[in-house]
Parts: sequence; C-alpha cells; structure tokens
Amino acid sequence: MNLPLFTTDLCLKCNICTAACPVAAVTDLFPGPKFVGPQAERYRHPRLSMPDVSVDWCSGCGICSRVCPHGVAVAEINILAKGRLTKERHTPLRDQLIAHPELLGRIASPIAPVANTSIHLRPARWLLEKTIGISRHAPIPTFTRIPLRKRFRDRCFDTPLDIKHDIDHTVAFFHGCSSNYYEPELGEQTIAILERLGYEVVIPPQICCGLPLQSNGLFDAARRHAQANITWLAPFAKQGIPIVGTSTSCTLMLKHDYRTILGIRGEDVETIATSTYDFFEFLTIFVKNEINRIKFNSLHARALYHPPCKLRNHGIGAPALSILRQIPELQLHLSESECCGAGGTYGMKLEKFPVAYEVGQGLFNQISQLELDFVICDSETCRWWIAKHTGLPVYHPLEIMARAMDIQP
Amino acid sequence: MPVLSTQLLVIGGGSTGLGVAWDACLRGLKVVLVEQGDLGQGTSGRYHGLLHSGGRYVISDPTSACDCAVENRVLRQIVPHTIEDTGGLFLATPTDPIDFPDRWFAACQELGVSAEEITTAEALRLEPALNPRISRVFRVQDGSLDSFDLLHTLTAEIKRAGGQVWLRHRVEKLILNGNTIVAAEIRALDTDELLTIGADFFVNATGPWAGQVASLADIKVPIALGKGSMVAMATRPIHTVINRCRPSSDGDIIVPVGTVAVLGTTDVEVQQPTDTTIEPWEVDFLLAQGEILVPQLAYQRPLRAWAGVRPLYRPTTGELGETRELPRSQIILDHADRDGLQGLISVFSGKLTIFRLMAEQVMDLVCKQMNIAAVCHTAETPLTMTSRSFYKLPDRLAKLEVTTSHDLPQVVCECELVTRLAIEEALRFASTLDLDEVRRELRLGMGPCQAGFCAFRAAGIAHELAPTAPASGGLTPFLEERWRGMVPLGWGHTLRQMELTRRIYLELLQTHSLPEPTK
Repeated sequence: MNLPLFTTDLCLKCNICTAACPVAAVTDLFPGPKFVGPQAERYRHPRLSMPDVSVDWCSGCGICSRVCPHGVAVAEINILAKGRLTKERHTPLRDQLIAHPELLGRIASPIAPVANTSIHLRPARWLLEKTIGISRHAPIPTFTRIPLRKRFRDRCFDTPLDIKHDIDHTVAFFHGCSSNYYEPELGEQTIAILERLGYEVVIPPQICCGLPLQSNGLFDAARRHAQANITWLAPFAKQGIPIVGTSTSCTLMLKHDYRTILGIRGEDVETIATSTYDFFEFLTIFVKNEINRIKFNSLHARALYHPPCKLRNHGIGAPALSILRQIPELQLHLSESECCGAGGTYGMKLEKFPVAYEVGQGLFNQISQLELDFVICDSETCRWWIAKHTGLPVYHPLEIMARAMDIQP
Repeated sequence: MPVLSTQLLVIGGGSTGLGVAWDACLRGLKVVLVEQGDLGQGTSGRYHGLLHSGGRYVISDPTSACDCAVENRVLRQIVPHTIEDTGGLFLATPTDPIDFPDRWFAACQELGVSAEEITTAEALRLEPALNPRISRVFRVQDGSLDSFDLLHTLTAEIKRAGGQVWLRHRVEKLILNGNTIVAAEIRALDTDELLTIGADFFVNATGPWAGQVASLADIKVPIALGKGSMVAMATRPIHTVINRCRPSSDGDIIVPVGTVAVLGTTDVEVQQPTDTTIEPWEVDFLLAQGEILVPQLAYQRPLRAWAGVRPLYRPTTGELGETRELPRSQIILDHADRDGLQGLISVFSGKLTIFRLMAEQVMDLVCKQMNIAAVCHTAETPLTMTSRSFYKLPDRLAKLEVTTSHDLPQVVCECELVTRLAIEEALRFASTLDLDEVRRELRLGMGPCQAGFCAFRAAGIAHELAPTAPASGGLTPFLEERWRGMVPLGWGHTLRQMELTRRIYLELLQTHSLPEPTK
C-alpha cells in the first residue's frame, strides 16, 4: 500500500480540511478534500473501477494536508486517486498537452516570435477553447527564443566529474521548464545572485520535474521524468552539491512528491530529497551572514507578497520574506489568501476556470484595494495567473532582490 | 386481552426465524413472527459476515461443510444483493501444522467443497497486504454476506406474502392444552400491552434464548452458549476472505464486509445469551492473530469490537467439551418425539450460511406434523430486491456522484455515505425515532467516527419528522451503543476519536442534560 493511504485511518472526520479547502468553498461540485480523500478511499476497491470522478475537481493546492491536525495526507491521497482515475479513463488531449510544458517549449522556442504572436491572438485562443478546452481567459506564457541552457552552455555539466573548479562552493541549479523556456531572465538573475554571493553555479542535465504530468494524473509519464532526473541529479547530490531551484513546485517534487506520491524508493531519491533547496531556503540557511552584510538599494514601491501553496507545502515558512524585508523603502503587504486559484494547469481548463477564478477572488480584491506597484510571488503559474487577473506586474522575489542588488536582468 | 389466531407462530427474528416464516409463507401457511428486540439483534446481527464456502468445517464437521457448500451456491442465486463475491483464501503459515493443508485439501475434494491451490506469488498479486511468508494458499468460494440486508429482505418478502413480523414483542408464557401448546402470551414492549396469539404450531427459533423459551413449556434444551468476539478494522486491507489453514481455533479469519474488515473470532462459554462482554485478552489475541495473516494491521485502526453468542448443541450425555469443539451443524428438536409435547419445534445451532436449509428442514417437519402436503420452494425462489447483482464496495459512493450542483445529495453520515433522504425514508417506513434501528438498516454511524458527526444530524431529522417527540429520542441509546463497541479498543486512533466524540456530545451539545427519551 502506498504510504499516504495508510493515513486514511488517522482521519477523525473533523472537517477542518473541508473548511480550509479553497475549492470546496466556491463550488458544490467538489465535495471537499475529506470526502474525496480519506472517506472515498474506503470505497475504492483495487480490483474494481473507480466509483467517483469528483476528485478531479481538486486543484492540488495541498492546504488540506497542511491544516490536518491528525496527520492525514489528504492532498496526497487525492492526487493518487486522480492518477487512478486518469489511468482508467480516457485522458483528454488538452490535459496531455498542458502536462508537457517542456515539450511545448522545445517545439516553440525556435519559432518563438511566430508562436508567441499567434498563440496570444484572440481567434487562436477562441479556437483553443472551442477545440480542446483551454480557457481563453487563462494566461499562457510566452516562449523565449534562446533558452537558458543555450545562454549558459559553459555552465552545463553532464556529471560532477567534469567540474574542474572547487565543488565546495558550487550549487546545481534546477531551472525547471519555466526558467529555461519561458522566463530565462529569472535564471540569469539566479545565477548572478548566487555568483555575487560567492558560489559557482552548474547546470546539471534535467528535464521537466513531472509535476504537470502528475497533477493531470499521468503518473507513468511523471515517473519516467522523475527517474531521468534522479539518474542525472543523484551524482551531483552525492558529491555534496546542493540542488537549488527557483520554482517552488519543481523543488517540492524533488523533495517530497517523487517519494511520497510517485512512490520511488532508493538511496538516490533520498539523497536528492535531502540535497534540494528552494532558492531562498538555501540563502537563509547557507549565506545568512553574507546577506545580512549586503547593503540593498532602496526600492521605493508598494508591493504585496503572496507565498504560493507549493512553497507553503515545503514546510519552511516564507524564507524570501526575511530578505525582502531588508530592502529599504519597500512597503511590503502580506497576502491574506491561502491560494490564488491557479493550481498549476488547473485554471487553464475551460471547465475549471470559473472555479479557479473564484478561488483567486479574495487575493485579487486585496490587491486592487491596496494600490500596489507590483506583486511578488515565487511560483511561475501563480505569477502569470495573478498578473493576468490584476493587470499588475508580478515578480519572483529574487527579481526584487536582484534589483536591490543592482543586478540587471 | 386481545386474542389472535394463526397457523404458525415463529418466535425469534433472526435469520433462522425469518427463514422459517418465509418458507412457511411460500408453502401457503398463515404466519406470525414475534421478536423481542429488533431484527437480528441476537446472533444473526452479531456475526462476522462470512458466507461460508464450507472449507472451515471439512475436517471438524463434514456435514456442515457439505451443507455450507450447497447453500453458498443457493444464496448466491436467491439473495445476490446481500452478498459480496469476495472469494476466499486459506493460508498456511510456517508455524501451522505442516501436514494439515494436504489433509484439508483432500477433505475438500472428498466433500465437494470447491478449492484449488494457488502459488503464494499469485496470492500476493491478488492481495498484496498478505504476509509474504505464507507457505501454502488455497482459493475457495467464500463471500461476505450482510445479515441486516438479508433480514430486511426476508421481512419485506414475508410481509408481501401476507405474513406478519412483530418486533419488540416478547413471548412471556406458552399456554398448554393437555400436552399440546395452543397459544402464547405476548407482551408488546413499546406499549406494555399483553396479547394472546393462538396457533396450530410453534417454532422456537430464538438462538441462544432457545433454552429460556423452551423452559416456558417446562422443557429442557441441551444448549451451550459460546461467545465469539470480533474486531472490525476501519478500512479493508484485503478484499478477499482470509482463512488460516489449520485446525479450527480462535482468531483464524478476516472477512471484508461492507467498508470494514472483521477479525474473528474467539469462543468462550458463557451462561447468559446477553453476556457479550469483551475481555481485553480477546481483543489483543484477535489483533495479534490478524497481524500474522496481514502484517499491516499493526498500523491500522481497529474500529469497534462486539461479541455474539453461538447457540450450540451439547448432548446431556458424554463429556463436557469446550464450546470450540462442539459441532456447528443445525439442531432441530421435535418436542413431540422428545418430550411428548405437541406443537413445538426448537431449532438452533447451525450457521447463518445454511439458514435456508435449516428453515426447510424445520418446515418439512412442521408440515409432516400438521399433515400439510406443501413442499419447499425457497431454494428456487429469488427474493424480491432492488438489485439482482452482487453487492459491490464502490456502489454507495458511485451513487452519490453528481454532475450538476442542483441534485447534490445531503450526506448525513459521511463515513457510510447515508443521505438525508434515505434516513427520512427509513424513519417513515419503520415509524420509529430509534436511530439504532435506522443504523441497522442503513449502516448509519457505523464508520470510522462511530456516529460522532452523524448522530446529532440524524436526531435533528428525526425531530423534524416528529416534532412533538423530544430530540433526544433514540440519540442517547444510539450513541451509547456505538460507544460500547469502541471502549474495548480505547487507545491510539480509536481513543482520539472517542475523545473528540465525547467533547462534541458531552461538552458542546451537553447531551447528558437532555430529557429522557419517551417510549
């Protein structure tokens, strides 16, 4: 039995997760995390087909697992059920498509100008909505012409053995799909900040972490991605090179989901899990003193920081905050919402969009009332989503940090 | 005192009594059945849920084994909706007698109990939670059978055929005319009224109470009471019935029934049919034995424990053996033959699996004595039912799936997925406010929280239907009954749940200060 399924027995039916669930709060079609999780699990027979499809309304934010006072892995149980559901039923082309951000990036980046113009045209979005069910109101990222890996060929290493310099002050950068194909500037700034702080940055071979596949229930493909990453990253981790990522969802996959949800076992995945850090987690643990000594430039602006669900699921607090708070004149407001609604690829789906938008309503309202200059959020899909629905620029905290350190994009 | 008359009066509303009444209805007799409590409140409602393949008895009780094998096939035809076709496995572990599996298998073949040996690898593929150290595995035709569903179906069928089923009616006196029983004096427990029913024939199918009922006619029945305790696990780690392949002993079976898995059983001789106290050693023993077959049980949550009392036959002559060693086969005592008392047959012992056969044999004897030529039709008459297919675990959840938010069901008991509509129907049908009765019909409050979250909701619904009755109607006894099953398991998971429930009812809702429910 998969580990999270053991925790169904811990459920006392208290409904705290249901009360905290942002999706159940806005639609009756989702009976709530407890209902589709520890409860429904008792009715799922391993040799008979899944009786329920309503678990598909779960956005995977993970709030339920976080608030459970008894240790039930509610979100994990639900994503496992989604995986079973996908396996038993037909997967829509749309889900296959949005679950492969890397493949899309690889195809579109050589023709980025054309791809970007055409995909953002209104008739194109209308067509995408009508044919495969991608909501025309959902944000779609722009492709870059030159991916990050091409920009930093000299820092790409196939194995740690090829690294000639001292590996004591080296970090391996897990850029994920977004920093490679969609926001390479973010990757550049990551490397610049780390180098400014005295680290050598290497880019190990990697593919998409597999989260979009996993969230869409495509577990077999997600597992293949995970295995590939484990094979490539383990040698770096075993040399004691920390793996640092700026996408909180990718790093959470490496830390947690590969083992707990995809059920991968072994020394390699364990080593990777304990060697992986969120960018700001890494900074606050390893270069705390150096950061305290940095004299950040003033940044006269009003901003709101929204820690994304996936960051909260790391269980490390919000490490970016302590650094952002050192920036003079930056007026920082905190998000009062648990979730922006995007849910990775969830909000892109035509039928899910109204629910996702409704979930984000609280955050959008707070943002519009505060008269902000910009919003700060660690997760790329949340940034695109919030930007689309508030009209404000949304930055990764490291972009703000870079700006305050005079690092130009 | 009102007087009624009928052809046949059946005493006892368990599987045997209802089986007899149903058989009699099909033979065209006028029948009244009286039960002192609710349907299946005795042994029938307190069993582990196993539909025997016969395998359990091939060595110790070959007649029972053959009967079980035959009746297993019959019940699958006539009441499939009460049965889950789980299949069964007999597992030998390295610590069990090494020659037993071969002897057992040979006996199965000789008696016509279907069994085939499979490899341990195949068994583990089927049930990954099994102990990988098992040495031999046989596949049999076990199933699980929900006795409440069965009893409700039988009752509905009896009523449809013109028979009567009176619950909460206790026989207090048997009235003799010479050496013939002619009437019974019965107390309606709800109203405390006494009434007399005259009948041509009486069947005492009161299970562990058979001795007490017979004594009303000054007859002694050679009965021994064997208490069996069981523990239900909150989730099903296995979906096949698991038997230990060794000589019959305590703690050798795990039955997946409904949403739970039942670990059974112990066998302790008791003096009273109501003596269902569970000793701590029984719980420890059952859990320890269960872990040998399914190791992960050590980490899982025991839900509740209960005990049933087996009415067993112990001949007055011969040794006084342990109740475990007494035969399980059905006993039908013709008191005319045995005690010179006309008009009464006692039936007890046997298994729930063979209730139909027992009823057939009883009715054959009754008809012979009454000079009625009717023959038995129960084996080939399917009972009316909503579904003609086997019960399947996911069905209840599948039924609640909706595609629009307009037809959302109100789920009252979230563990067992009982809706408001179902509760309202059950309350109206049974014309009762007793939630425990609703529980037996719908499994209300039988899941992991043991009514912690549904009892107050259900009480509210009951109150809506009968606003003049106090809202406590049935609430306290319902909760007390749930609590009783949890106390023997009051540690870890269960203790946490109990503590939450206690706080909800005693501290938040102050149920202890509610007015006493009126009858």
